Amino acid sequence: MNINFWLNGVNRHAEIYPDTLLIDFLREQGCFSVKRGCETANCGLCTVLMDGRPVLSCSTLAARIEGKKIVTLEGMQREAQEFGSFLANEGAEQCGFCNPGFIMNVFAMLNELKDPTEDQIKEYLAGNLCRCSGFVSQTTSILKFLKYKKAQEEA
Amino acid sequence: MKYVNQPVRKTDAMSLVTGKPVYTDDLAPKDCLIVKILRSPHANAWVEDIKTGTAEKVAGIACILTYKDVPQKRFTLAGQTAPEMSPDDRLILDRHVRFVGDAVAIVAGETEAAVDKALKRIRVDYRVEAPVLDIHKAKDNPILVHPEDDWKLKIPLGGDNKRNLCASAVEEHGNVDEVLAKCKYTIERTYHTKANQQTMMETFRTACYMDHFGRLIVLSSTQIPFHVRRIVGRALDIPASKVRVIKPRIGGGFGAKQTSVSEIYPAIVTWKTGRPSKMIFSRYESMICSSPRHEMEITVRAGADENGIIKAIDVYTLSNTGAYGEHSSTTVGLSGHKSIGLYRHTEAYKFAFDVVYTNVQAAGAYRGYGATQGIFAVESAVNELAHKMGMDPVRVKELNMPVEGGPLPGYPDVPYAQSCSMDRCMARAKEMMDWDSKYPCRDMGNGKVRGVGVAMAMQGSSIAGVDVGGADIKLNEDGSYTLALGCTDMGTGCDTIMAQIAADCLNTPMDNIVVFSVDTDISPYDSGSYASATTYTTGVAVMKACEELKKKICKLGAEMMEVDERKVDFDGSCVFYDETIDISDGADKNAAGHMTDAEEGYRVDMDAISSEGAQKKVSLKDIALKGTFFNNIELQVVKQHSSPLSPPPFMVGMAEVEVDTETGSVEVLDYVAVVDCGTPINPNLARVQTEGGIAQGIGMALSEDIQYTDKGKVRNNSFMQYKIPTRQDIGNIRVAFESSYEKSGPFGAKSIGELVIDTPCPALAEAIYNATGVRLTELPMTPEKIAMGILKNKSEQ
Amino acid sequence: MLKIKSYVKVNSLAEAYELNQKKTARILGGMVWMKMGNRAISTAIDLSGLGLDTILENDDEFIIGCMTPLRDLETNEALNTYTHGAMKESLCHIVGVQFRNCATVGGSIYGRYGFSDVLTMFLGMDTWVELYDAGRIPLTEFVNMKKDNDILVNIIVRKEPLLACYLSQRNTKTDFPVLTCTASVIGDEARTVIGARPARAMVVEDKKQILKNFRNMTKKQKEEAIEAFAEYASENVPTSGNMRGSKEYRTLLVKVLTRRAWEAVGGMKNEY
Repeated sequence: MNINFWLNGVNRHAEIYPDTLLIDFLREQGCFSVKRGCETANCGLCTVLMDGRPVLSCSTLAARIEGKKIVTLEGMQREAQEFGSFLANEGAEQCGFCNPGFIMNVFAMLNELKDPTEDQIKEYLAGNLCRCSGFVSQTTSILKFLKYKKAQEEA
Repeated sequence: MKYVNQPVRKTDAMSLVTGKPVYTDDLAPKDCLIVKILRSPHANAWVEDIKTGTAEKVAGIACILTYKDVPQKRFTLAGQTAPEMSPDDRLILDRHVRFVGDAVAIVAGETEAAVDKALKRIRVDYRVEAPVLDIHKAKDNPILVHPEDDWKLKIPLGGDNKRNLCASAVEEHGNVDEVLAKCKYTIERTYHTKANQQTMMETFRTACYMDHFGRLIVLSSTQIPFHVRRIVGRALDIPASKVRVIKPRIGGGFGAKQTSVSEIYPAIVTWKTGRPSKMIFSRYESMICSSPRHEMEITVRAGADENGIIKAIDVYTLSNTGAYGEHSSTTVGLSGHKSIGLYRHTEAYKFAFDVVYTNVQAAGAYRGYGATQGIFAVESAVNELAHKMGMDPVRVKELNMPVEGGPLPGYPDVPYAQSCSMDRCMARAKEMMDWDSKYPCRDMGNGKVRGVGVAMAMQGSSIAGVDVGGADIKLNEDGSYTLALGCTDMGTGCDTIMAQIAADCLNTPMDNIVVFSVDTDISPYDSGSYASATTYTTGVAVMKACEELKKKICKLGAEMMEVDERKVDFDGSCVFYDETIDISDGADKNAAGHMTDAEEGYRVDMDAISSEGAQKKVSLKDIALKGTFFNNIELQVVKQHSSPLSPPPFMVGMAEVEVDTETGSVEVLDYVAVVDCGTPINPNLARVQTEGGIAQGIGMALSEDIQYTDKGKVRNNSFMQYKIPTRQDIGNIRVAFESSYEKSGPFGAKSIGELVIDTPCPALAEAIYNATGVRLTELPMTPEKIAMGILKNKSEQ
Repeated sequence: MLKIKSYVKVNSLAEAYELNQKKTARILGGMVWMKMGNRAISTAIDLSGLGLDTILENDDEFIIGCMTPLRDLETNEALNTYTHGAMKESLCHIVGVQFRNCATVGGSIYGRYGFSDVLTMFLGMDTWVELYDAGRIPLTEFVNMKKDNDILVNIIVRKEPLLACYLSQRNTKTDFPVLTCTASVIGDEARTVIGARPARAMVVEDKKQILKNFRNMTKKQKEEAIEAFAEYASENVPTSGNMRGSKEYRTLLVKVLTRRAWEAVGGMKNEY
């Protein structure tokens, strides 16, 4: 079957099978940032934005992106550099495998919550597992990034 | 020092945070055959007949392999230095399948759909036998997990496959029974730690292809590239020289990838078909047929005198290696060696163990490697003993802990604690936790009680007298350096750490150093990254290589200036002539010597720069360029390093929990970790190692549980059923360093990677006890166990 | 792996209903659960083009389209005001935000899963399901009906004056619950729902009428009634064991959560 959608701002057409999962489709399209960490919708590694909302691409049929706007980390390189440098400064990226899904959800959170508290951050990102970092440095990175953003806005 | 002991960014950080395709599956050839495994539904069975005919007819199937198609020489998948300690008890495919999930057939095809279809069409007749599932009944059970005659243990450690024994031994110093009899206070308890999954986010995966020389290229997510080369060679019964292993970025390991879990399957497919292939383990497979922590049941007897001095410790460990023996004889050793050593006054100690085969998935290496289990048991026992004595466990530990220059009973890999600041770790932890005002508990008045708990831990730094670190550094034409390594950065940042060390040794900016790792054709030999070895071992290899390279740079510089090479020195950017210098010809020095060299080198350099005005010198760039024409001095050095010692890092962990006394729910409010890892080469990375290890330890302590059905099937086969902590489950983790200086390590460094998972289980058990009066001896400590324990205590009162 | 032969994004409920009469056809919800199975679906029916993903409110009821993501219920102000925050509490522990953006309320309710927080929550209100063919049915009835080929179109919550508290016990913060509990006063009816027993959620029938007239009890009467009812619930709610908890532990939790939820509803405690 055929689908028409936007991937990282570009309108595209593709032929897919009815049971193609979005994660596999996106990787075929060269979006290698999208990772699979489980088969049970628990890890958050495959998080992408669909019409601005964070969704699990492992649990979304490619057929369902018809007419929708999909954004992966490949489409947010500038933002990834900016926020990612805060992660890097803490050593929070570690093995990096969970980073793209985590960072996409951080972007979704920042869209949705203006000035999240530490508890809100932990709640919003609870569906993003990481086994290396123990999460502490990820939270620190986010709080420092928020502070930096605030200072930028005020300036 | 410009970089060592600085929180520099990881050199690969920006690629990782921007999601670049740097992992195995991102880099695998696009035309790979998909490899999957048909797995046994039985815990103990023999393949009587296997029919693959109709499966082979599925369009797109390239090959189906059964036990008839594989070499018949047994090997081990454990990534250990040869001669491997683990028994040769595997074939790629065996007629005898020994756990639910054991490999029965390998299917490779053009698409996943074709492979799935073919898997369904394979018909297997099994002769099903009763399995051995109870660790207590495994030893000398008439049902044998490995009845075969070609089972082989290269280094005898009491193992006997005809007794379901993988290893068995007794070590004793003094007479434990006699000393215990004289102790005023004694305790005897049995503790049970479960198998745990490492659950690195990137599952096991390997891609293979043939090169133009007819060699097998193995691109794999592994901690042990050089061992994989040997293992694949042995498994396929081909010379290891036919195998080349490449490790890209890998998505975590934690020891799981110290076993060659995935490599052999695509390797045999590519070797047989000549076509590229890949096998990506699903999370399900990573849960049911991988290399989890050894389940252990540990009985501790300990005794103390009236002053709180621990006089004797007796540890007996029963370890479950599952269906195969990877890492089994070695992990069990740490359960005694790394726990008894925490108490320096013991007059007698005993450590005995049995490692048994059972029909469940094989265990393997997991961060902590047996020490985690042993420390949970011994620290819990000593904590309980402290309560018997009416003493604060912190006080008992202060009286008995390892001290610098003091003994480490039962720990054979250093003569004494040559670098140790456990005392400072304890003092700092106490202060950070505000222990004295929080111990033992505070009733919050709403059905919730807060309690605090403490534990000490030690680990090793490399396997003494075994592990080899390698470094290959060369000066490039443009004055930059390439540092080739065989150690395996798995996110831990060792590539960066080695670059920091090299940059300081060579007095050059870090971005002037290109790090390359790992390709077994190109990288220097290195055992790989495990056993908390990399910083400590490979770090010194890097220092040695840099020192030697500096000499070569000086030599070529002197030649260019036409001066005596003994009268020149190198400051990182120039070789300069100074007639006051008298550098003796550098004969081979030991590791410590090299370290001093590196540091003193700076002082000489700095002095030289500041005191000299116009001097004869030649720039590094000119020397580098000279290296490329009419030159006979190779500007490249390969060095290896092995330490006869394994100096332990030490730490103290303190936990504060809040327990809901009706539901048994536990909140970890605060976890304080104070670590002596010697000099932290990169304080950021050392801190994150600690935070990550504590979080993993909290998971092991509170929620992670591998449960089996009575048929031996894993019930927790996904992230839905095997619950690792989320960021909402771990509370606050606070890390501090109280560094000692380890002379045999690079810039005073010891290890950190494994140590940090050892304290949460005993510290949380103690905190829960202090909050509720419930002493849990079996992991994980679930709300149910706590709530039921509280009820039981109430009914007994 | 999930295999789908054909995928149809339907233009009408009638079309969906017709397609769904085939045994191997399936209505797609959020997919988070369905895609884990090893099933083969002949026709996957997608309702996402029908505008059934909204929460409408009028004077008498909330009309929640079956395709509404759980996340929208969680963040819906009107629903949370109406339920005193119980709605959010019943949802925010389910895996993660991305999961709740995918999972739909229709999928959760239609599936009538034992572990369902959503079912436990909705049973604690005057909730009706609107089926394409069978029309409106109380959720209390639907929960015990066999799965058939009808289509769950909307979930309707009638806005009776409501007091409510939702509690769950979990081994880790985002795991499936070991037990769920909703205590509510709907108009004058005091209702207690226990789920994840681990069997599917049930309304605890107050045969002894212990909580009758709860709204008008004095504080002391409430305290006594709550204590008695918690005991009664623990004796009368069937539980059993699974890998998350034993029968005995669940029965203990029935008592604790029931008491706590009612204490919250009765205004004795603010939170747990």
